Amino acid sequence: MTDFEPKIVAFLCNWCAYAGADLAGVSRLQYPSSLRTIRVMCSGRIDPVFIVKALKGGCDGVMVGG
Amino acid sequence: MELVGRKAAYKPYAQAIPGAFAIDKRDTAPCRMACPANLNVQGYVQMVKQGKFREAIEIIMRDLPFPGTLGRVCPHACEKSCRRLEIDEPISIRELKRVAADHTDLNDIPVPQIIKKDEKVAIIGSGPAGLTAAYFLALEGYQVSVYEAMPEAGGMMRYGIPEHRLPRSVLDAEINNLKRYGIEIHTNTAIGKDLTIRDLQQHGAKAVFIGAGAWKGLRLHIQGDESKGVSDVTSFLREVHLGDLKELKGKAVIIGGGHSALDGARVALRLGADESHIVYRRSKAEMLAEPEEIEEAEKEGVKIHFLAAPVRVVNKNGKVTGIECIKTRLTEPDTSGRRKPIPIEGSEFTIEAEHIIPAIGQEPDLAFIGDQSGIEVSKWKLLVVNPETLQTNAPGIFAGGDVITGPATVIEAVDGGKRAAKYIAKYLRGEQLPQEWQDEPPMGTNWVEIRDDEPLKHRLKAPTLSLGKRHKSFAEVNLTADEKSAKEEAERCLNCGGCCECYECVKACKAKAVTLETHSQKTEDISINVGSVILAPGFEPFKPDNFATYQYTKFANVVTSMEYERLLSATGPNQGHLVRPSDKKEPKKIAWLQCIGSRDINQCDNAYCSSVCCMYAIKEAVISKEHADYDLDTAIFFMDMRTHGKDFEKYYERAKKEQGVRFIRCRIHTIDEDPENKDVSLRYADENGNIQVETFDMVVLSVGMEPASSAIDLAKRLDVELNEHNFINTSSLSPVSTSRKGIYVAGVLQGCKDIPQSVMEASAAACSAGVGLAPARGTLVKEKAFPQENDVQGQKPRVGVFVCNCGVNIGGIADVPAIAAYAKNLPDVVYVEDNLFTCSQDTQEKMVEVIKEHNLNRIVVAACTPRTHEPLFQETIRNAGLNPYLFEMSNIRNQCTWCHSDEKEKATEKAKDLVRMAVARVALLEPIPDLSVDVNKSALVIGAGVAGMTAAVSLADQGFPVTIVDKSSEPGGAAKDLSRSWGGEDIKGFVAELADRVRKHPGIDMILDAEVVNAFGFVGNFETEIRSKDITKTVKHGAVIIATGGQAAGTDEYLYGKNSNVTLWHELEKDPVKLKKADNIVFIQCVGSRDDQRPYCSRICCTSSVQQAISIKEDKPEANVFILYRDMRTFGEREILYKKAREKGVIFIRYTRENKPKVTEGAKGLVVEVFDPILQQNLLIKADMINLKTAIEPSENEHLASSYKLPLNEEKFFMEAHAKLRPVDFASDGIFLCGLAHYPKPVDESIEQALAAAGRAATVLSKASIQVSPLASRVDVEKCIGCGLCAEICSFGAIVLEEVEGKGKRAKNIPASCKGCGLCASSCPQKAIDMLHFRHAQIEAAISAVA
Repeated sequence: MTDFEPKIVAFLCNWCAYAGADLAGVSRLQYPSSLRTIRVMCSGRIDPVFIVKALKGGCDGVMVGG
Repeated sequence: MELVGRKAAYKPYAQAIPGAFAIDKRDTAPCRMACPANLNVQGYVQMVKQGKFREAIEIIMRDLPFPGTLGRVCPHACEKSCRRLEIDEPISIRELKRVAADHTDLNDIPVPQIIKKDEKVAIIGSGPAGLTAAYFLALEGYQVSVYEAMPEAGGMMRYGIPEHRLPRSVLDAEINNLKRYGIEIHTNTAIGKDLTIRDLQQHGAKAVFIGAGAWKGLRLHIQGDESKGVSDVTSFLREVHLGDLKELKGKAVIIGGGHSALDGARVALRLGADESHIVYRRSKAEMLAEPEEIEEAEKEGVKIHFLAAPVRVVNKNGKVTGIECIKTRLTEPDTSGRRKPIPIEGSEFTIEAEHIIPAIGQEPDLAFIGDQSGIEVSKWKLLVVNPETLQTNAPGIFAGGDVITGPATVIEAVDGGKRAAKYIAKYLRGEQLPQEWQDEPPMGTNWVEIRDDEPLKHRLKAPTLSLGKRHKSFAEVNLTADEKSAKEEAERCLNCGGCCECYECVKACKAKAVTLETHSQKTEDISINVGSVILAPGFEPFKPDNFATYQYTKFANVVTSMEYERLLSATGPNQGHLVRPSDKKEPKKIAWLQCIGSRDINQCDNAYCSSVCCMYAIKEAVISKEHADYDLDTAIFFMDMRTHGKDFEKYYERAKKEQGVRFIRCRIHTIDEDPENKDVSLRYADENGNIQVETFDMVVLSVGMEPASSAIDLAKRLDVELNEHNFINTSSLSPVSTSRKGIYVAGVLQGCKDIPQSVMEASAAACSAGVGLAPARGTLVKEKAFPQENDVQGQKPRVGVFVCNCGVNIGGIADVPAIAAYAKNLPDVVYVEDNLFTCSQDTQEKMVEVIKEHNLNRIVVAACTPRTHEPLFQETIRNAGLNPYLFEMSNIRNQCTWCHSDEKEKATEKAKDLVRMAVARVALLEPIPDLSVDVNKSALVIGAGVAGMTAAVSLADQGFPVTIVDKSSEPGGAAKDLSRSWGGEDIKGFVAELADRVRKHPGIDMILDAEVVNAFGFVGNFETEIRSKDITKTVKHGAVIIATGGQAAGTDEYLYGKNSNVTLWHELEKDPVKLKKADNIVFIQCVGSRDDQRPYCSRICCTSSVQQAISIKEDKPEANVFILYRDMRTFGEREILYKKAREKGVIFIRYTRENKPKVTEGAKGLVVEVFDPILQQNLLIKADMINLKTAIEPSENEHLASSYKLPLNEEKFFMEAHAKLRPVDFASDGIFLCGLAHYPKPVDESIEQALAAAGRAATVLSKASIQVSPLASRVDVEKCIGCGLCAEICSFGAIVLEEVEGKGKRAKNIPASCKGCGLCASSCPQKAIDMLHFRHAQIEAAISAVA
C-alpha cells in the first residue's frame, strides 16, 4: 500500500476554499500532489451526482470545500 | 526592534498591494563619494560578501580597468570615510577589491557589445591616465591608439611602483586585457622624438590625450648634490625595473616621506644595500605612506630618521661618502593645518652612505610637446587644462594625470583619464563643451542608520610574506586574504547607501520589470487638477523606546503589539511559528500591557485613548492560544477594558470564559529581566491591593496610535487646522470636513479608530467630495470599446492552450515544455505555446494575434489563479473578438508548483491533469452575453433620524431624487432628546435645521407616519410599498438606505418607574430646577447592558454620563456627583472629558456585574449601596437623583428585514456584509445601512455612516445601467414542476414562483439578483435548473477528465 497514490477530486468554492488553496500556494505550504481541483462558485453547487460520478470514474476520494 | 533583515530590494509584506518589489535608494555611500574615480565601493563589497568575485570585478570595471593594481596600491580614501569608523574600524576595502581581482580571470568578463565608430583618438602615455582614457573611449567605440616611449606599457605603474608591491603578472594581465577592447598600444614610440603631436593629427587622430606623467625627479639643491652616487628615486626605480640596475653596494639614504621614499628604501635593501635609511623632516604622523607600509619597511630593516633634514652631501673625490643632516622640530599647525619643520641649530649629524636618493618630488618632462605646439604650460611646468573638461588650450587636445596635477596617485590619474574620455567623446560628437567647472549636486547624508546592536569587530588584516623570504627578493609582500575572511570582512559593511547598485536585480528580472532606467528614477513633482482632496495618510504606532518603565529597547522579550502581529503572521519572520526573540523558544506565558502611549500624560503627551488596543490585545491573546498546541497562558493588564465596538463585548466574554485569557486590572510600573534566561517579571497590585510578582516569557506592549508625523506636515502644508492632539480638527456635525472647504479627512488622522470606522469614514469622505463634484461626474470617463464578437455557435471547438512559466515559479519546478507538448495531443486543441510570462503586455498582444490567426474559439491559460488573472485574460480574448466566457484557467502555480516544489515530476503530472481538465471543460463552454440592468436613479431612505436625513440630503444634493419615510410623525429620531454632542455642538438646533432642509429640498419627498409594507426587486430596480395613514403607494427606486434608528431601553431595575427621582438618560435634564436643587446625584452605568440579555456595550453611555456630570459640576460645584461604572469607556479623545470630570471632583466607583449597586428608598429618600474596590468596603450614598444609563436598542426591524431579505444579528441590529471591509453594505447589492440600526453610536459616527451609505448608494445611482454577473441560474420551464424548493432556499430572492398559463406555478429566475451560487441547481429534484458557465455537463466534463 505504500506506493498507493490516490487521486482526489476537490470541489472548492471560489470565494473561500479555492481562495484558501491559492493562499496555501502563496504561503508555499507543501501537501501531497494528489488533489485535482474543480472550481465552483459555491459549495452549494455540488450536486451529489457529481460526487458519485467522480468515484465511479475512478477517483479515490472527493473533497468538498466551502 | 528589527524582526527580520530586509534587503534593499524588498516586498513590503507578503500580501502587499501592489505585490511588487520596491528598492530602497539612499544617498550615495560615503566610500563611493570619497573615491576620486567614484568607484561603486558598496556594490563590489556586497558582491565579495556573496562570493561573487566576478560580479565584483564587473562593477569595478564600470569605473576603471585596473582592479588588481588598485587592489594593491590604492591609498584608499574610501576607507578613511567608512562609517564603521564611528563604531570600530573601517572596512578593509582595498583588500576586498584585491581578493575579488585575484579570484577573477579578466577573460571571463564579457566585453560589452561595442558599436565601432570611425574616429581615431591618440593617447600619449600608457600610464593609468592614458590607459583609462583609452579604455573608456574604446567602450564608446572609438579607434584608440596608445603611444608609449618606454619598452613596456604601464607608465609609473610599471616603472615607478616596485614589484614587491605590484607583481608584474597582475599589471601585465590588466594591460593585456585592454587589447580585447580593441586598444592598440605602440611601445618604444616616443612622441616628440619618433612622432609629433601634429603627426598624430595628420594621421587621422581627431583627438589627442596627453597622459605623459611626471618623470623628472627633483633635485635636492644642497651643497654636493651633484656628486657621484646622488640620483633621484624616479630614475633609480626606472633603472631597476628596466633591469639596468641589479645590485646596490654600500649604504643608501633616501630623502623624503612619501610612497616613493619607502619604495626606494625597500628596493635598495632588496638590491643588497648594506643599510637603507630614510631622512624625513617631519614626524611619523605626517608621513604620506600608510602606517602598515612604514611598519613593513621598518621590519625589513629600513631605518627612518624622523625630524631630520639634509644639509649637504658629503663627498670625497666627487663621490658620495655620506649626508649631513640637521635635526628639526615642528611648529604648531599653521592656518592650512601643516606643521612646518624648523632646523635645530647645532644638531647636525652625518649618515655615512654611498648612495643618496632624493624622493622629494617629480615634474613632467614636457620637452616632447615642442615649442611650436602652442599648448599652454603653467609656471609649475604642468599642462594647463580646463578643470572640467581637461581640454588644453589647443582644441581637441586633452590632458590628464600627473602631467596636469604633478605627482599623484594611480586612482587620481584614473579619474583624469575617465573625465577626459567623457569630454573627448562629447567633443568628437560635436557637442559644446562647458567652459567652467560643473558643480555636482550636493551629496546628502540620508544613509541607512547604524543599528545599536551592530556587532563590533576588528577589520581584516591580510597576511604578509615572512621576513626571511623577502631578502633579495621582489616577491609580493602583502598576500591575499582567504576567501572566508574576505566574505566576513565584507559582511561588516553597513550598506550605507541602501541599494548598492550592483544591478544584479536587473540581470535576475526576466520580465525586465527592473532596468537601469528603474534604478535611475528620481522624485518627480506632478501637478494634478482636482476639485477635492481626501486626506487618509494614517497613523504611526507609538514608539515606546524612551519609556524607561517598559525597557523596550533593553529587554529582548519585550515587543510592541505591531511586532507581535508580525511574529504571529504566517508571512512573518518565523513563518507564523510563535517563538520569543531572545532564544527562539516557544513562550509558555505572555503578558500584554495596555495603554502604552495612550491615556498617559506622565510619560508621553497622549492624553487620549487609542480606541483599538483593548480589542487587538484580546485578539492577539486568543489567536496565540489557538495557535499554540500547548497550554499557553495569556494575561492582559489593563485599566478599563474598552470593547465598545459591534460584537466586541461578546468576543471579550468568550476570551475570558472559553479561551481562558486572564484579565488583570492594573497598570504595571516595574518590569525586570532575568539576566540569565531573559524571562521578564512584572510587579503589580491585584484587585485586593496585594503585591504580586509574576514571571512571563514575553511581554507585549499594546502601543497606541499617533497621527503620522509626515501626515501632520502634510496637513500643515495644506493649511488644514489640527487640534491639540495633532488630529485634524473636525466638528461632530461634519465629521469628515476639515477647516478648508473641499478637503476631507478619513481614518486615524481624524481621530483614533478601528478598521470598520475607518472604512466607513473613507466612504463618507468620498460622498462629501462627491457632493461638491456632482456636476462634473462622469466627464472624465473614457468608455472602452471592444471589437464585434464572433459568433462561435455551431463551430467545432478550436482550443488554444497557453502554458505560463511565470519566470521560475512554474517553469523552475514543473516541466513546462512537457506540459505544452502534452496539451498538443488533447482533443480539440489546435494551438499550444508556452510563455515566460503569459500575463505580460507583449504576450497579451501576441495572444490576440494568435487567436485571430488560428481562428481559435476556446482559450485555456495554464498559469496562476483565476481569482487574480481571469479578468485580464478575459479582456484579452474580448479584444480578439471572443466572448469572455469562452475561457478557462488552469491553476498550475498557486495550487500546483508552489505547493509541490519538492516533487518536480509529480507537479508536472498534476499540471498535465489540470490542463486536461481545463481543456475538457473549455470545449463545452458557451458564450454568455453581458447582463446589465437599467438603474432607477433615485433612492429610498427608511428612517428620518439624523442618519436618514443626512443620507437623504447628501444624495439629493448630488442630484438623486430621494424618498424618505419615517414611522413617526416628526423627523429627528433619537437625536431629538439630545442637547449636545460630546464635542459640545448644539444638537437640537442641528436636528431642526436638518429637518428643515429635508422638508424644503426639491429633491426630497418625505413621508411621515409611514411604514414599509413590502418590497420587491433588485439593485437598480426596487419597488417598495409604503403605507401612510391608510394610503399605500409604491415607490420605485434604485437603492435603499436603512436608517431605522434605535432608542434607550426601559428597565425596572433600581426603582425606575417607582420613584420619580430615578431617571433614564436625558430625563435627568427635563426638570432643571429639580436637578439644580439636588446635592447628591448618582449615575449608574450598564443598566441592562453587557449582561446575558444584551451582551453588548452601548458605546455612548459612559461619555454621556461624564458629560452630564461635568455639566452639573459646572452649574453647582458643591454637588456630589457619583458615576458607578463597570469599565469607563470614554474612547478616543472622549478620554479628555473623563479626565476633566475627575478634575472637577466627580467620583467614579467601579462595580462588577456580580456585585451590582442596590438602590433602596428609605424615610430620608433614595440610598445607593455600592462596594468600593479601592476602599474594599460597601458605601452608602444618599441620592437626591439617580440616572440610569440603559442599553440602546434597535427599532423593531424584523418586518423590514424579511421584506428586503436582510440579516439581523441576535440583538436585532442589522448585519452588514462584512464587519470590517463593508461596514455599510449589505450582502445584497443596492441596499445600505447607517445609524443606530447598525449598532449604538454617537451622533458624529451616525452622520459619518449616513454619508458613507449615501456615498455607497451613489456608486449605484450614478450609473445609467449596471453590469451584473451573468453567471446566473436558468430554469427549464418544461421540466419545472413548481415545487418551490428553489425559491425557498435562495438567499437572495433571485428565484420566484410565477403563474405560467396552463401550467400553474413555475420557477422564474431574476438574473440581476442571482449570485450564481447554484444551490437551486443542485437542489432541484427535476434537474430543471442549470447554472450558466457551471452547467452540469461542464462540471462533469472536468470530473471525467480527472481519472
